[in-house]
Amino acid sequence: MTATVSGNHGLQQAEGLLFDFASLKRTGVDMPAPRGRPDRLGGLGRKVAPPLPGLSEPEAVRHYVRLSQKNYAIDLGLFPLGSCTMKHNPRLNERMARLEGFADLHPLQPMQTVQGALLLMEELSRWLMTLTGMEAVALSPKAGAHGELCGMLAIRAALIARGEGETRKRVLVPESAHGTNPATAAACGFIVDEIHATDDGHVDIEDLKKKLGPDVAGIMLTNPNTCGLFERDIRTIADLIHGAGGYFYCDGANYNAIVGRVRPGDLGVDAMHINLHKTFSTPHGGGGPGAGPTVLSEALAPFAPVPLITLHGENRELIEHSEGTQAFGRMCAFHGQMGMFTRALTYMMSHGSDGLRQVAEDAVLNANYLLARLKLHFSAPFGERPCMHEVLLDDSSIKPKGVETIDMAKALLDEGYHPFTTYFPLVVHGAMLIEPTETEPKRELDRFADVMIALAERVKAGEVEFFKQAPKLTPMRRLDDTRAARQPKLRWRRGENSGAAAKHAAE
Amino acid sequence: MRYLPLSDEDRAQMLAVIGAKSIDDLYVDVPREAVLKAPVALPAHQSEMEVERLMKPLASCNIPAGKTAFFLGAGAYRHHVPASVDHLIQRSEFLTTYTPYQPEIAQGTLQALYEFQTQVALLLDMEVANASMYDGSTGLHEAAMMASRVTKRSRVVLSGGVHPHYAETVRTACEAHGLEIVTLPAAIDDEAAVLRAMDANTAAVIVQSPNVFGTITDLKPIVAGANAAGALMIASFTEAMAFGLIEPPGAMGADIVVGEGQSIGNALNFGGPYVGLFATKEKYLRQSPGRLAGETVDADGKRGFVLTLSTREQHIRREKATSNICTNSGLCTLAWTIHMTLLGAEGLKRVATLNHENACDLADALAEVPGVEVLTPRFFNEFAIRLPKRADIVLDALMGKGIVGGVPFSRLNPREGLENVLLVCATETNTPEDLNAYAAALKDILQ
Repeated sequence: MTATVSGNHGLQQAEGLLFDFASLKRTGVDMPAPRGRPDRLGGLGRKVAPPLPGLSEPEAVRHYVRLSQKNYAIDLGLFPLGSCTMKHNPRLNERMARLEGFADLHPLQPMQTVQGALLLMEELSRWLMTLTGMEAVALSPKAGAHGELCGMLAIRAALIARGEGETRKRVLVPESAHGTNPATAAACGFIVDEIHATDDGHVDIEDLKKKLGPDVAGIMLTNPNTCGLFERDIRTIADLIHGAGGYFYCDGANYNAIVGRVRPGDLGVDAMHINLHKTFSTPHGGGGPGAGPTVLSEALAPFAPVPLITLHGENRELIEHSEGTQAFGRMCAFHGQMGMFTRALTYMMSHGSDGLRQVAEDAVLNANYLLARLKLHFSAPFGERPCMHEVLLDDSSIKPKGVETIDMAKALLDEGYHPFTTYFPLVVHGAMLIEPTETEPKRELDRFADVMIALAERVKAGEVEFFKQAPKLTPMRRLDDTRAARQPKLRWRRGENSGAAAKHAAE
Repeated sequence: MRYLPLSDEDRAQMLAVIGAKSIDDLYVDVPREAVLKAPVALPAHQSEMEVERLMKPLASCNIPAGKTAFFLGAGAYRHHVPASVDHLIQRSEFLTTYTPYQPEIAQGTLQALYEFQTQVALLLDMEVANASMYDGSTGLHEAAMMASRVTKRSRVVLSGGVHPHYAETVRTACEAHGLEIVTLPAAIDDEAAVLRAMDANTAAVIVQSPNVFGTITDLKPIVAGANAAGALMIASFTEAMAFGLIEPPGAMGADIVVGEGQSIGNALNFGGPYVGLFATKEKYLRQSPGRLAGETVDADGKRGFVLTLSTREQHIRREKATSNICTNSGLCTLAWTIHMTLLGAEGLKRVATLNHENACDLADALAEVPGVEVLTPRFFNEFAIRLPKRADIVLDALMGKGIVGGVPFSRLNPREGLENVLLVCATETNTPEDLNAYAAALKDILQ
């Protein structure tokens, strides 16, 4: 890129670290002066003020607006990150979440002052249970992985209640699973046992049968699976695991493909977390906050964690302590991600049962359309059958030419796209997992497919260096991950600032 | 449907390209008997206007904090958040992006996380901080598990000053993980009791300061006692703003500092989403949970930021990961860091002082009410009082006068027989009129 005196490139503004230019003397918040009275800190006042620099409001606004312009976002373009469901975030949801009657509520206010909030939680529960065909829902888990923890703790509690807490310690996890599944099972004290995948991307039923036994607590299975396929033998899998005395945990990360068309409860699922930030479009926010309400079957419902909502005469109340109940405990300090509940319920009511069904259908249609267009130009390991809401390609057709998945991803950056998920699932070498979602118009899909196909042509033409040099047009070129990990530098420290910053600090 | 751009014509064209007759052809792998023939029994789609008509009455059934004289703390705090914070976090490029997996097009998020980590470390006076946990309570159970990995011991002792909901969250997660969790009886001013409950298998002691009763504690003797016995000292907190005024746990030697960051940048939101702050010593970094942003350079040698040390995390390590956590509290960390940048050291100290002064004035006024005793010896912005009758009954009577007077301790922990204890909090948002009205109403009720 052409060098400029300022370091800016047109609309792209160079912006240093806050600590390079902010001042210890400046603040962007006006407050009345303290009145000055004897303190009651008992001699435990802060001895050295924290060297936290401040900015006036105009400076702060510029700092963060400039930073924001270095980010890609779904509002800017297609964000086909497989397994992450980057769909449009309706702004009505934001408006509803910010209503004073929801946002300015303390979690420990007297129950009679929060009846509307409890009603909203109840209504959200009703939608989630009806859509999934499940008996109960625990709303409090704060993200997908936290929902997994909730589901597996419910399974653990059910096993303990059966007197099998010590004997059933093995959890079966397909090798195609998200990393959170084995990590969650291990966090709950279970031993993880991997199940193989068949060559066509499904759970290997024969391997599953071999691994069943009286020490099996359950299975953690993603459906639709991470290869973008519906596990066609799912009823058999559920019957097998139940027959062996175990429970069926379903990872609901890919629920967007089936919402309104298939109820997990009809498939024999005992517990499933729902990523409200995926299927029900609460914003991803650069990596959270998520929300992971977990639906439970009749067998697991009694063990749901507190808080629980109950009717007391006309009034709704929260049961906040597990004593006297079978609840396995508590997932977090309060009631879960209320801000996300408001957004998700708004989203659901906007779509309605008909619209949610259309969401799944259009998500699947968009993915299959991309599959149809791309499989002529890339290797699609399971491309002979329809996919669900995501398309799995791999780099086996381009790698012999010297271009790998990572290079394809980096070339997409220069084309103005966030790439697909790279190298996941692990069962396919050089995976490229593409999830367009239902909020992409056909025009955008065609444009993306044209770009992918043009890139495949450049690989064919042997333009390896073009890919290895990419990206060239982004705010940063490829970053050195190895250096970041070998010499971790996780914070700014005083004394490392530039000359200009030192001048500011001396103000 | 306003959010779905495909037309029926598009759908037909696309099916033709795919070579499918209908959408049902794409669901061939679903067991036929599990396919729903029609939409489930829930209302059909509605316009923005109709949805607002349903949601707004739900919101107006609640009494928002700002409509009352409000004195609740105990884990969530009502502070003034500058208008620019909410505006900035709603910028599309922050709100609608995801985990910065492609750092070349995510420097905005990554630099903000790096600045956040630095600000958290400076506030708590710790060597390193991560990119946040879901909230303070889940961060605390991660800290307990981390201490167990570091020390290879399996017992954790929690003081009676730890927020009871935090203690229950820790117990729930950690017992399943195979740890023994010992929670001491509620105590207003005895964090050091954890030292007396230690044994040779104790991985960590967990204390809270300010604790759930508001009491501030000198952590140095507890750190010394714990470390001498080979255990880590974990300092928890629920009110991050306190460290604008009180000695931070890092300065007293804590090994892990973890707590709730909601009070900076984030609204009450009926309990979530919030933002867990998590900091530790560099030597324990590789056993720590959660996402970390780190500095590096790009191919042209320019300074930039990436997510790093991910070999600790579940997507690489699977069942051997340090935690199953997969996200952080992204947008809430952004709100936190923007608010902190606006405050700076000067603004933070000022707002913290205003909190303390209001709390002191309130404590003085309530102590004047016959029958009321202030129990907390040293505090920041919240304290406990003993009433001559049940706190929940007094609270109801205060509600009748437009005052939300506190959290009865028995709501958090009904097992201790402390029915007369009320937890009271004042922040910079309370006016002198609020404080006077509270004292007058309480006097009236108790007469």
